[in-house]
Amino acid sequence: MIMNTKTEEKFFRVLMFLSTIFIVGVLLLIVVSVLYKGLPSLSFTMLTSIPKGGFYFGEEGGILNAIIGSIYLSLGATFLAFIIGWPIALYMNVYLVKHHSLVNAIRFVFDVLWGVPSIVYGAFGFILMVFLGVRASLLAGIITVSLFIVPIMVRAIDESLKSVPRGLLESALSLGSTRSEISYRIFSREAFQGIITAILLSFGRAIGDAASVLFTTGYTDRIPTSLLEPSATLPLSIFFQLSSPIEAVQDRAYASATVLISMVLVISLLSRFIGNRRN
Amino acid sequence: MNNKISIHNLCLSIDRQPILKNVSLNIPTNKITVILGPSGCGKTTLLKSLNRLTDLIPGVQQSGEILLDGVNILNGNQDLVDIRQKMGLLAQRPYPLPMNIYKNITYGLRISGRRNRQFLEKRVEHYLKMVNLWDEVKDRLKDPASALSIGQQQRLCLARGLAVDPEIILADEPTSSLDPISSKLIEEKFLELKSQYTIVLVTHILRQARRMADYVVFMYLGEVIEQGTPDELFNNPQHPVTKSYLSGQFY
Repeated sequence: MIMNTKTEEKFFRVLMFLSTIFIVGVLLLIVVSVLYKGLPSLSFTMLTSIPKGGFYFGEEGGILNAIIGSIYLSLGATFLAFIIGWPIALYMNVYLVKHHSLVNAIRFVFDVLWGVPSIVYGAFGFILMVFLGVRASLLAGIITVSLFIVPIMVRAIDESLKSVPRGLLESALSLGSTRSEISYRIFSREAFQGIITAILLSFGRAIGDAASVLFTTGYTDRIPTSLLEPSATLPLSIFFQLSSPIEAVQDRAYASATVLISMVLVISLLSRFIGNRRN
Repeated sequence: MNNKISIHNLCLSIDRQPILKNVSLNIPTNKITVILGPSGCGKTTLLKSLNRLTDLIPGVQQSGEILLDGVNILNGNQDLVDIRQKMGLLAQRPYPLPMNIYKNITYGLRISGRRNRQFLEKRVEHYLKMVNLWDEVKDRLKDPASALSIGQQQRLCLARGLAVDPEIILADEPTSSLDPISSKLIEEKFLELKSQYTIVLVTHILRQARRMADYVVFMYLGEVIEQGTPDELFNNPQHPVTKSYLSGQFY
């Protein structure tokens, strides 16, 4: 009997260890293979020029259109999602304190929305565009991506507001604060680092998603100068250029992947860093 | 005796579970009323119903009357901000606002529109001196309040509550998270403050109740078992539950 529990313990320890090693290994393999392919093609021209002669055939030029486009798109979408998501999270945690089951229902809805595949948001955005008669553009992409990241934004801010102690709410109410004063002056300040983390998390999701921008933002060689123009993005830069038979074009895809993975990595580390400072 | 607050037949339930059962009592003006009783007897709920923080509890139902200066505050058409400003709350542990020491004190004044800097500075000094905190923090008013020790934070919370000029201080086991020296400071402050404020002190510490009380309310399982002057209640308890509590058979 004693032998058995010991063997069991050992078995599961080895299993857990191997699973962990496996996943870390896969992650490293992804990063290394992308860097292996992408780093050699990362040149100054690659980062600072737009494709010449069309992104699918032109052998000259770089991926500046995709870098700038992705930053525009993600900044816009994150901003929009924050403007929508922040008040929702405050409403749930400051105004609806008495309505526990309602708040839980809202959380459930956002969790479901979080799980909806981004291509569905893309399709929804596309339907909306057709309905409104808008063509693929930066604006349509920003709106679609913001819908896609609102659940992330809301739930991440919600989690940090949830950890604000009830006693602080009671103390603030006892000082004669209204709920809106508590929301913006106290809760948002108390959960400030959590809110920054939520913004970074949402930004990371926005910049890395291909499916939601596929129909809505389009793709172009140019750097957009208005919200109504289509725009290139890094994920689609990989998607379109990797399938090209021309090696120089493929290099642009690998370079895009390298830039994208570095950005996501930096954002993740930054939000980790901020999240840790909170504790 | 002049009563600041009168409670008549207050019943409170959460999800139909009765928490307060037909509570009736008077809280005299400018005295320390101690609500005494074992954990879970409804003391804190009773205290929080006074400034309607019980409104925040999901599934709560209340009936009865709470008269503040003769006006029922449970009947729904009262301005809650107004009621709450009349009552400073000191919680079981300090909850400093996420801002600096200075702003913690001026917060209540600023949200009610007082923005004159000289006025605010005078108030900060006045109330910090009132709670014996001024000398400890006068050189670092711009530091975050969370940098203070727990005992200092609790005094800061008291000063913050006093700064909005309440008439009543509600204290929910205010010394339970404090060291003996800080506890003593808070107790001494209360004894000083009672000449200007009506104080309601919730505690389960018998000795604290003996030291502080002008009027004692003993609660058990959501009911007021006995109330009276300390002399009546501590020296001559009538009810068997009070007797066994006072003799230390449960706490």
